[in-house]
Amino acid sequence: MTHHEYDVVIVGAGGAGMRAALESSQRARTAVLTKLYPTRSHTGAAQGGMAAALANVEDDNAEWHVFDTVKGGDYLVDQDAAEILCHEAIDAVLDLEKMGLPFNRTPEGKVDQRRFGGHTRNHGEAAVRRSCYSADRTGHMILQTLYQQCIKQEVEFFNEYYVLDLILDQDPQAAAEGEDVAVAGVVALELSTGEIHTFRAKAVIFATGGAGKIFKTTSNAHTLTGDGMGIALNAGLPLEDMEFFQFHPTGLAGLGILLSEAARGEGGILRNSEGERFMERYAPTIKDLAPRDMVARAMANEVREGRGAGPHQDYVLLDLTHLEPAHIDEKLPDITEFARTYLGVEPYTEPVPVYPTAHYAMGGIPTTVQGEVLRNNTDTVKGLYAAGECACVSVHGANRLGTNSLLDINVFGRRAGIAAAEYATSVDSAPVLRDDAAARLEGIVTRLLATVGGAGTERVADVRKALQETMDRNVQVFRDAASLEEAAGVIAELKERYQDIAIHDRGRRFNTDLLEAIELGFLLEIAEVVTAGALARQESRGGHYREDFPTRDDEAFMHHTMAYATADGVRLDKKPVVITKYQPMERKY
Amino acid sequence: MTAVAESPAVGEVTALTVTLKILRTNPEGTADHAAGESYWEEFQVEAHATDRVLDALHKVKWDQDGSLSFRRSCAHGVCGSDAMRINGRNRLACKTLLKDLNPARPITVEPIKGLPVEKDLIVDMEPFFASYREIMPFLMTTGAAPTRERLQSPEDRARFDDTTKCIMCAACTSSCPVFWTDGQYFGPQAIVGAHRFIFDSRDEGQWDRLEILNDKAGVWKCRTAFNCTEACPRGIEVTKAISEVKRALTSGEV
Ligand SMILES: Cc1cc2nc3c(=O)[nH]c(=O)nc-3n(C[C@H](O)[C@H](O)[C@H](O)COP(=O)(O)OP(=O)(O)OC[C@H]3O[C@@H](n4cnc5c(N)ncnc54)[C@H](O)[C@@H]3O)c2cc1C
Ligand code: FES
Repeated sequence: MTHHEYDVVIVGAGGAGMRAALESSQRARTAVLTKLYPTRSHTGAAQGGMAAALANVEDDNAEWHVFDTVKGGDYLVDQDAAEILCHEAIDAVLDLEKMGLPFNRTPEGKVDQRRFGGHTRNHGEAAVRRSCYSADRTGHMILQTLYQQCIKQEVEFFNEYYVLDLILDQDPQAAAEGEDVAVAGVVALELSTGEIHTFRAKAVIFATGGAGKIFKTTSNAHTLTGDGMGIALNAGLPLEDMEFFQFHPTGLAGLGILLSEAARGEGGILRNSEGERFMERYAPTIKDLAPRDMVARAMANEVREGRGAGPHQDYVLLDLTHLEPAHIDEKLPDITEFARTYLGVEPYTEPVPVYPTAHYAMGGIPTTVQGEVLRNNTDTVKGLYAAGECACVSVHGANRLGTNSLLDINVFGRRAGIAAAEYATSVDSAPVLRDDAAARLEGIVTRLLATVGGAGTERVADVRKALQETMDRNVQVFRDAASLEEAAGVIAELKERYQDIAIHDRGRRFNTDLLEAIELGFLLEIAEVVTAGALARQESRGGHYREDFPTRDDEAFMHHTMAYATADGVRLDKKPVVITKYQPMERKY
Repeated sequence: MTAVAESPAVGEVTALTVTLKILRTNPEGTADHAAGESYWEEFQVEAHATDRVLDALHKVKWDQDGSLSFRRSCAHGVCGSDAMRINGRNRLACKTLLKDLNPARPITVEPIKGLPVEKDLIVDMEPFFASYREIMPFLMTTGAAPTRERLQSPEDRARFDDTTKCIMCAACTSSCPVFWTDGQYFGPQAIVGAHRFIFDSRDEGQWDRLEILNDKAGVWKCRTAFNCTEACPRGIEVTKAISEVKRALTSGEV
């Protein structure tokens, strides 16, 4: 076991982690631990753009952006956080441009902007051009630019270090309300050697990204297994609003690979088997550019009512054939290539088969607007921060607007980086581990090594597949009590089977078999929390739609869900929503 | 309940049995092979013609031999994790479909060449990233930053568009015969990375970078074998980028 000491340890090197690192490493001794090489992070897969009311191409302002974010999130958004997000958006984009990000340009040479779902002029009048973009590889450019800046600043990376656990100075669930609980560090596995490392730190930032792999059909990478969320949960911390998962309307049918909403922003149209532009019926004003939850439900409904296309009538069509090929090549080169490569469809001349795909976790580790992690509704854990998709501030509420996540990782990544470094320089040293924390650490390492040599019989792939299938079948776009109970039952069974998991690779170096087993453990826990939250929330709001409770119920459910893992299963609590300006209204587009 | 898209994509797809012939290396040794020894092993998997080679590798790992090791993440050609030599050519396993190979013959899969093998298809990427860092891959400017964005015309933006697409998978560098034999050469990717800034109208560090590339480890080592251009899964015209850098060096103009 090797021991390290830092002021700040950042877990994750996607957009949020690297944006935090750029701030933190200027102010404090910082290490970035990442299970993937930084440039492999899934931020690089983001396509459509990053929202900011620059008003470079038409009238726009940050306040309209706040309103759209709140309404898009079906009023579950914490409005103080949304104000920060939208007002700091402008500098966030300009900062990236100054770092060298190659945005597409207007004829005058300014950052160009395009339309995106749910972003409107003057509180819903019409779609507005707010998304700053670089063709359909905006995330790639953000990831590259941040990485380049990290090279310039000589940020210290620990590449292919897998963080297993978070060490706090005491059990946060046992601590009394108001009592200080502080972070002490993290434990990591060095993949190339199999060696365990401990990192003692005054401050830790989690920026571990999403958990899309709880589903079978997803736009998320194989590595998006909710590690950070699972680690927080295991450490006795709550997760917020996990029942809200976004299903992006346009995944390549059967595969889940994303075709950005930019396709519709640039004029693409969704059609059913009859060729009808069905979104005209569901959202008469902004049609195909309605928020994702509404479009995804409309699509699933078309399929359910027999108007799906294809041999099994199980998808709808994204029609780009009326767009000029030159325009497609300029604005949507990558996603049209995905359609050609993976489905053998030529988007110039044929409509592309699409179906909703699990895309984004609105929920996550609850934080304040400074990125401080909450251990209950009011107390923060000293020195612990989270940002990006693994966190919940909450700026996305019940449904995230497209282009607001690349914004989120930049705005709140930066804030967490500054806050963590400032905290770390204000304290003398990381706390000493209490005996129980030290014992916990020993336990993890011993358990892990025992699994590798153990005699388990369950295959990781079988358990994972069963999990993903039940989640797709029961916890997707449409949910009801029966489907959720079924999922909960399956998950409980799978957690049992997981106790007997087999690791076939007996080596220590690059034991990716072991890694997948650990990741599966997190997936099971996250799926359990998602399902428990969805079962308890007997209303429909944003991305969470209950067929047995099809309307929003502000009387009973205008609150965030806080989920805790206990010995007796998931315990759910409520947290008030912060409302500043916008009272809940019916959501029509 | 949800209507789940059960069918794999459009129309019906043909099922087939493919043989994967994988070059394996275990740094800790196995019952039959010494530590670090490389050997071929064959696996048969049931697959669909539209499956990716990555899917077939997963089938081996998930159902047959959990110790088979390779890197992957996005599974659709954007993260750069899984460059490998497939049937003798550098490609991304996630962007190569079985139907585009000849499934009647064994599909050979080897680690990319020129970088030390760590385990099976995993190579040590550190020398590759070190070359990238050498060429100062970040915007360099002088003077105070403007309050708004720096202006750049669409034409100026287009000049370096091709080289911004790089995902650092190392398919180009590890296909270069000069890189295999010459431990000093930066390799095509680092030149692509430099090109992206040299031809960016906002950048003022181009001559620093060009000087680095003019060095003995730099562009003049390139013998225009074109392997890199053929290998690039992003369709970057690597050889063209290298020749633009050479031209800038000889003409003294960017
Ligand atoms: C296909 C696709 C397209 C998208 N398009 C857009 C868009 O156009 N606009 C928009 O706003 N949003 C978009 N999104 C959403 C957005 O891209 C993501 O939400 C965002 O990039 C997440 O960034 P992140 O930094 O939080 O996480 P990631 O970029 O996923 O990074 C996670 C990091 O954590 C590390 N990590 C994870 N677990 C561990 C562990 N146990 N130990 C060590 N390290 C760990 C990983 O190595 C990685 O570096 C898109 C998402 C997808 C999937
Ligand atoms: S897995 Fe990302 S490029 Fe292949």
